[in-house]
Amino acid sequence: MGSREMTTVLSTDRLTKRFGHVAAVNGVTFGIAAGEAFGILGRNGAGKTTLIKMLTTLLPPTSGTASIAGHDLAREPGTVRRLIGYVPQGLSSDPDLTARENLEIMAALYDIPRAERAARVRATLALVGLEEAANRLVKTYSGGMIRRLEIGQAMLHRPPLLFLDEPTVGLDPVAREAIWSHVRELRAEYGVAVCLTTHYMDEAERLCSRFLVLRRGSIVTMGSLGDLRAAAGRADATLDDLFGQFTGDGAPRAAA
Amino acid sequence: MSGLADADSRAVPGVPNGRLAAATQFVEKTLAIAAMEVRKLRHDPMELVTRAIQPLLWLLVFGQVFGRLRALPTGELTYTEFLAPGILAQSVLFVAIFYGISVIWERDLGIVHKFLVSPTPRAALVLGKALSAGVRALSQAIIVYLAALALGVRLDLAPHALLGVLFFVLCGAALFATFSLIIASMVKTRERFMGIGQVLTMPLFFASNAIYPIAVMPGWLKAIVAVNPLTYEVDGLRALMLESGASSIGLGVDAMVLIGVLTLLVAVGAQLYPRIVI
Repeated sequence: MGSREMTTVLSTDRLTKRFGHVAAVNGVTFGIAAGEAFGILGRNGAGKTTLIKMLTTLLPPTSGTASIAGHDLAREPGTVRRLIGYVPQGLSSDPDLTARENLEIMAALYDIPRAERAARVRATLALVGLEEAANRLVKTYSGGMIRRLEIGQAMLHRPPLLFLDEPTVGLDPVAREAIWSHVRELRAEYGVAVCLTTHYMDEAERLCSRFLVLRRGSIVTMGSLGDLRAAAGRADATLDDLFGQFTGDGAPRAAA
Repeated sequence: MSGLADADSRAVPGVPNGRLAAATQFVEKTLAIAAMEVRKLRHDPMELVTRAIQPLLWLLVFGQVFGRLRALPTGELTYTEFLAPGILAQSVLFVAIFYGISVIWERDLGIVHKFLVSPTPRAALVLGKALSAGVRALSQAIIVYLAALALGVRLDLAPHALLGVLFFVLCGAALFATFSLIIASMVKTRERFMGIGQVLTMPLFFASNAIYPIAVMPGWLKAIVAVNPLTYEVDGLRALMLESGASSIGLGVDAMVLIGVLTLLVAVGAQLYPRIVI
């Protein structure tokens, strides 16, 4: 287990978030290995976004711990923020700035050395295929272009872990495929680990090697597609089938 | 999975090595956020034109009519001269006090989430937004100066006086924009914010020395005026903008009050700003 531990990029221990008497996330323990693509699945209100908000330092946990590359989220939030990239649910680039300007502000906020900024911005624009549109205001972009820019913003500082919170929601199939193509390129080029939430099970199945299924804030099951099939007793089930089984009204509530 | 138990934060790129490096990063990030506003204004300068209408109306209509009454003791100053710094302060207030709306809009878009996930001190984010309001307010200063010159107001155009006005405009805008950001962080919705913003703006304006001297006010109003930061902004502007201008409070006191209140509000804002995404 030693070598596996040394390459862990994220680990949580009984992470919990309560809003009043409601446990939005309840005792969640899991880990993500360096370079791994990991899917967090669950129906609306299952606690996915709350979990992501805690892991990205936006929300303090009620109890439990989490660390990114060995740095505790509660004790070293500033360091943790340098080790993660985050693409939130909405289309979140500033529409009144150009793509280049959106990247430049992130370069300043992530302390990329001045001498490297222009080259880093150029390389990122090329990486997400926005070189030609770099000087256009983002409000003239399509949803798919904005998403690609946001992935570029999140990867500008080359973090080892990228959080994607429902990155393809609202996009047409072509734009969705383009997003996944860019994510695959990022993983191949930088070895970045991806922590993904999505409602598109086919996309999660193609990108992720392991999955965590949440229901009412608790982990129902976790593992590879094979592990989930074994847990469900359905050897040829798709992830979509298994999602329905694990998150349906009759689904079991497993301990974290 | 316990992770890298002995991870060293110094090995993480960008982590500041010492207080000087941290302070440099703080200043650079604050200015980067303010620079965003300059870029937005460059892309769409129309807002500057529309914002010019209100101060022009106050100076050209209210100032001209009220000046004819000769009812207020404005000393050596004509009423238009007395009014011009007050209208500049009012314009700065109006630009800044609704800044929280843009913060809520940025929260709805997810821009605030990305700022908060970045390794930027919360105080730098708040101060950067405050200076952004200052950038927009500077355009108001240009408009008021041009209108005042056209109306024959004897302005002090010496470089030190202009620098002083720049300081008071930036400080006033930053102060009220931070106040606005704090309200936005608490109320979180545009509808609630608009209601509170409208309730606050007029009392701040009328309970100040912007359009009439403190000397003519009843005692209870003088007490409110004394704790209104706009009073100190107007007093400083009146001393610096006009050839015959003088401070009735003391320029040093004006500056210290604005800096002190701004520092306090930035400290409070840094605590409350992250709550806007919860």
